[in-house]
This record gives sequence, C-alpha cells and structure tokens, in this order.
Amino acid sequence: MVAHAKIRKNKLMAALRTLWEYRVSYLFIAPFLICFIIFILLPVLSALALSFTYYNAIEAPHFIGWDNFRNMLSQDLILIKYALPNTLSFSLIVGSGGYMCAFMLAWLISILPGVYRKWFTLAMYTPSLASLVAMSIIWTPMLSSDRIGYLNSFLLKMNLISEPVAWVTSEEHLMTSMVVVSLWKSMGIGFLGMLAGILNVNPELYEAGRLDGIRSRLEEVWYITIPSTKPQMLFGAVMAIVGAVQMSTIGTALSGMNPTPEYAGHMITTHIDDYAFKRFELGYATALTVCLLTIVYLAQKLSWKLFGTKEDE
Amino acid sequence: MNAAGMLRKMFTWRTQIRFHRMSPFEIFAAVLLVVLSIFMLLPIVYIINHAFKPYQELFIYPPNIFVREPSLQNFAELLATTKTTAVPVSRYLFNSVVVTALAVFLITMTSAMCAYAISKHKFPGHKLVFSTILLTLVFVPETVEIPKYLIVSKLHIFDTYWGHVLPLVAVPTGVFLMKQFIDQLPDELLDSARMDGARELTLFLRIVIPMLMPAVATIGIIAFDSAWKDATTSTFYMQDETMKTFPFYVETLTSGMANSVARQGAAAAAALLLFLPNLIMFLVFQSKVIATMAHSGIK
Repeated sequence: MVAHAKIRKNKLMAALRTLWEYRVSYLFIAPFLICFIIFILLPVLSALALSFTYYNAIEAPHFIGWDNFRNMLSQDLILIKYALPNTLSFSLIVGSGGYMCAFMLAWLISILPGVYRKWFTLAMYTPSLASLVAMSIIWTPMLSSDRIGYLNSFLLKMNLISEPVAWVTSEEHLMTSMVVVSLWKSMGIGFLGMLAGILNVNPELYEAGRLDGIRSRLEEVWYITIPSTKPQMLFGAVMAIVGAVQMSTIGTALSGMNPTPEYAGHMITTHIDDYAFKRFELGYATALTVCLLTIVYLAQKLSWKLFGTKEDE
Repeated sequence: MNAAGMLRKMFTWRTQIRFHRMSPFEIFAAVLLVVLSIFMLLPIVYIINHAFKPYQELFIYPPNIFVREPSLQNFAELLATTKTTAVPVSRYLFNSVVVTALAVFLITMTSAMCAYAISKHKFPGHKLVFSTILLTLVFVPETVEIPKYLIVSKLHIFDTYWGHVLPLVAVPTGVFLMKQFIDQLPDELLDSARMDGARELTLFLRIVIPMLMPAVATIGIIAFDSAWKDATTSTFYMQDETMKTFPFYVETLTSGMANSVARQGAAAAAALLLFLPNLIMFLVFQSKVIATMAHSGIK
C-alpha cells in the first residue's frame, strides 16, 4: 500500500512538474481563458441552473424543477404556435439559404479575373457591416407601408401594384421582408472564408480533373471545389448558424414593435426578450435560452456531420 | 503606401481590364454579380445620400434615393438635438471611441496570445482548450443576456468602461482564426530565435506578432465591427447616461421613427456616422482579411 501511495505521489509530482514547465504557456492563454470562463462558460452554466428556478429579479431564485420546461410545452401557446415554427423556418431559409447563396457568390466571384474580385467582394460584404440599428434606418423608409415608402412608390410607378403594400406591418408580408433583409446582410465572414478557400484550391487539381473527363463547370464544382474546400465550408456553415440566430430579432427592428404584428415575426429570441425584460420572468426566459442553445448546438452537430473531414482526408 | 502610389495602382488596374478575354460563362457571371451588387449596395448608397438631404428632400413624393442639393443640415441637427439635454452627442462618440479602441486592442492581444500558445506550445490540455473554443464558435452573446447581466452586476463593473469592454473580450472566432493562421508559420524560425536566447515574450512580440499582422488586422476588423455597433452593453450595464455609447444614442433617436417626422434628419446623419467607420476599416484592410480567411477552414 505504501509503495502504491508513493508511486501515485510521484506521478502527481511529475504531473505538477510538467504543468510548471509549461507555466509560460498557461500565462499566455490566461487573459483569454479568464474572460472566456467568466463571460461565456459561466453564463451558459448559470443559464442551465436558472432554467430550473422561478426568478423575478427581485426575490432570490427558488428551485421549481422541470416546471419551466413543462410550461413551455403545455402552457405557452405563443411559443408552440408562433415562435418555434417561425424560428425553425426562418433559420432554415436564412441559415441554409444564405449559406448556399454565399457559396454560389463566392464561386461566381472566383471564376472572374482577379481585378474584378476585390470590388465584388466588397459589394457583397458591405451590407453585413451595417449594424442592426443602422438597418432599421435604412429599411424602415424603404419598406414603409404608405406610398411614400421607396419600394411601394417604385412598384406604384411601374404599375405593378394598385395600392401600397404593408411590407413590415402586416402579417402576410413581414416574414418575407425579414428574410430578404437578413439574406441581404448574411454575406459575413463565412462568405469571406469560402471565397478564400475556393481561391486557394490548387489549379493543378482542375487540370487533372479535366484529363479525367470532367467536362462542365458544374461537375468541377461538385467533384473538385466542394471536396477541397470542405474545411472552409464547415466554417461557413457554423458562421451561418450564428448569423441566423443573430438576425432573428430583425422583425422587431423592422416593424418597430415586440411582439410583432399578429406574431408574424415572433422568434424564440424575441420571445425571450419579451419574458425577460417586459414580464421579468427570468427563470422561464433562461429556460427558453437553454432551449435555443440546444437547437444551435444540434445545428452545429449536423453541419459537422455534413462537412467535417475525417482524420485521413 | 502614399496616395500617389495608390492612384498609380488604380490606374494600372484600369489598363489591365480587357473584356474580350473573358469567356461567355465569365461574362454571364459578371452580369449576374453586377445585378446583385446593385441590390446589395443600393441601401448603402441610400444611407449615404440620405444623410446629406435637406429636410424638404427627406419627405418629397415620389421619394428619391439620390440627393439633389446636398447639405450638412442633418449633422447640424444631430449636434443640436443634444444641446438641450445634459449629455452632448460628442460624449457618446467619445465613449464609443474609447470602448472600441480598448476592445480592439484587448481582443486582438488576448486572442493572439492564446492562439500562439495553443498552436506552438502544445502544453498539456491544449487540445481540450481548443475543442472548447471550437464548440463555442456558434456562441451568440445575445442568447445568454440574462446570466451575463447577473455576472456583470456581481463583478461591480456597472457604469465603467470595463463593463463595456470586458464582456466583449472573449471572441472564440478570433482565437480560432489566429490559431489556424499561426499553424502555418514555420517552427524552425521560432526554434532558431529560441536558440539565440530569445525569451517567450520577446519571441511573441518581435517575431510572432509581425508575421501575424494579416490575422491581427482581420481580428481587429471583426472586433472593431462588433464593438463599434454594439448597443447592448450600454442598454444593460450602464445606468449613467454619460457612460453610454453612440449606437445606444442612435437607437433612442430611431425608436418609433416610422411614425414621426421629427429628428429624421438627425437619425440619417447618425446612421451614416455609425456605418462609415466600419466600411473604411474594411476597405483599408481587405486584402489582409482575404489572406487570413484562406486558413479559416475547420479541420
């Protein structure tokens, strides 16, 4: 027994010694890691903890078990009827649609001669530089519901519509407007990553492909470009998920109200805002947060499955 | 590079343009991209023009995207709207500049340090740290606003610049992009410097950072972008009006703007001020961004 303890002690000493040897490395990662733990890891963990409590920001939170989640499924009609379906369809269209657009655009830009690339990249990336605040300033007058709105005025002049359309204040058009504006803004750094990836594909691969009988540009994309830019495509997919979640409050910004008209643009994010900062039911709101984080995590898992490369590739 | 050099470069580009060399497919792609670019840029063109429209042009019918008689009236109004209140607009701008500068510096430095250690030191646990960072790439700060609020309040950094900056410092994307970039720097270079007796800190500052400049510029732009347009820290962590930032002020200008005529001019000017720095930063560093993004793949 004594010998065992001694060996264990020696092992511990050795482990500590290696840790001490690498003390400079730990110093290097410390500033980031401390902020990371405080502002990312801890919030996520405390969200998990708070989601099992009733908390109204005034009294101390008290434990209520699975009640929040049970209420979510059984009581919260607005979540089941509007927020969840809206979030799913919005993120499917904006996330994967924006992602495919980003790849197509990157590919189209990459086949142009070098001198043009810079300007088209700039044109596509610029919208994503606009903040959510600036967005409402740009798009509110553009999509305004009276005939003074730019889009309405234009369509009236072209005789395509006979009376102004309520682009952002009506139930049937709000979602479409949200999707268009989000797609407009979605060419972020994922797009830049894919563009750089496509530009970096070894040109010899294309030549070899041509010798092997690849005839059309489309075959080239399928057999050469996509397989060799897989890592960048994965990065782009992950960034597309982030973008879709970040953009989901756009309905509130466009229509100027939360909840949006007839809940047409109601998302999980706006639902959380509603419960947290209007009704102060923070416990329930964090339970919704946990739900959203789970969806995001699953979406990430799915993109890893689709685009992740194996060790030997 | 000086202005003359830049002009010469632009000029040489012009001489290089040869349409007849492009294949039909390339011309098709170009036409498609031109049409799309117009759609993408139209709102941007609008925001620039709108800021310079005098009041009588802001509300004409039919509405016009392009300004006819540009004036600085809106910027004057932006300054004037805050004359009667306790906090002048320059204070918001000053706060924004301080916060953004601090955030950019801290984000790039901490990301670079962390990425360097993960990539070149192979300390015990580096795989765990990196996989955690990979997992949190999808982290969207907006989702955990409530627990973050509680943590910031526990740290007692309300109404300070730290309250603005610290929540922004940890950017998983930053470390990830830097790490991918550092991975392709040769180990031999670092080893030879170590042989010459360089200590880790000098090594990092004198050798790694200069080679890392494209990545630093890229992360700098991302950091600048997120810090400059961030209004959430002002909304949640700042009770003192004098500590709030410019995006927050713009938000107060635009709330309920759809139904009111008042302050539309000021809002247009403010929107331009909010957007322009981002655009300029990206324009200046664009080539560096593309160079970094080439290593952005997740393997």
